[in-house]
Amino acid sequence: MSHASGQQHPIGLYLKVWGLLFMLSTMSYLVDFFHAQGLLRWGLIVTFMLMKAGLIVAVFMHLRWERRALVYAILLPPLCVLVLVALMVLEGDYVFVTRSAFFGAL
Amino acid sequence: MVTTAAPVPNSAPAGGWRGLVADWSGDRQAFAVPWGKAMMWIFLISDTFVFGSFLTGYMTVRIATTEPWPNASEVFALTIGGQTLPLILIAIMTFVLITSSGTMAMAVNCAYRRDRVRCAALLAATALLGASFVAMQAFEWSKLIAEGVRPWGNPMGAAQFGASFFMITGFHGLHVSVGVIYLLSIAARVLAGCYEARGEDGGKYGNVEIAGLYWHFVDLVWVFIFALFYLW
Repeated sequence: MSHASGQQHPIGLYLKVWGLLFMLSTMSYLVDFFHAQGLLRWGLIVTFMLMKAGLIVAVFMHLRWERRALVYAILLPPLCVLVLVALMVLEGDYVFVTRSAFFGAL
Repeated sequence: MVTTAAPVPNSAPAGGWRGLVADWSGDRQAFAVPWGKAMMWIFLISDTFVFGSFLTGYMTVRIATTEPWPNASEVFALTIGGQTLPLILIAIMTFVLITSSGTMAMAVNCAYRRDRVRCAALLAATALLGASFVAMQAFEWSKLIAEGVRPWGNPMGAAQFGASFFMITGFHGLHVSVGVIYLLSIAARVLAGCYEARGEDGGKYGNVEIAGLYWHFVDLVWVFIFALFYLW
């Protein structure tokens, strides 16, 4: 550790995060197992997903210990995907309505 | 390091290809990390856009289809000992991949402590877990193909299900397979002592951390696939 400027953290921390990831995965599996539906289902799935992603990026990928210049260079660009998602939700809805109207599937 | 072509201060900077090289090798550093780590992060960001586009495409076709989407909970159910368990194989695959992330994190720790044998063993264990993940994926693919799922249609519902499934899990499985080879080669180099040279940045053991970034990213992508494709 004396000469290492790399990311060096105690194994105990990794084991704790590992345990948390196991727990969160089990809980998201149970959401499906117990057939939770509607808003509860989507809410729980997305919450568990984001918590797991946050733990992996922050601790396993060491992002919470990196300098801010790097952290923002990494985390901000992928947010552009959300713009694409918003556009494609509108587009997808439009295609669905068009198909329903012309092919009479509804 | 500095190869800038600026013979006289205040003169106009060189143009053309020389200028391009001069601008990019201006000896200015924005990120206080080894270059390999910065490059790996840039690659991972580009990969984020690839998977982001795949998942967005999947979302779009799923919204737009007028046929019912196959119920993933039933499609991926397995019957073990006479009892049908929904999504059980996917759950096991998730646990295997998370476990491999844990062993990877510990391998990085051992690398920086210069514990070569333990580091290589943990890397090999990570690669083994990754390989078993790919094997389970292969089993799942053959099962679905046997049930008649094709990229252009399937007996369970919306035709777009097959295309989304094979594209997304196939591309992820490819990443895991490449990662297994990557980790094994790093493990061999750790064991051979290739990273012992004591330069700046704590010798060259940063290479293990960089490989770790790739592996954790593969796990990260699976978190999103598991939630958005299998559970949604």
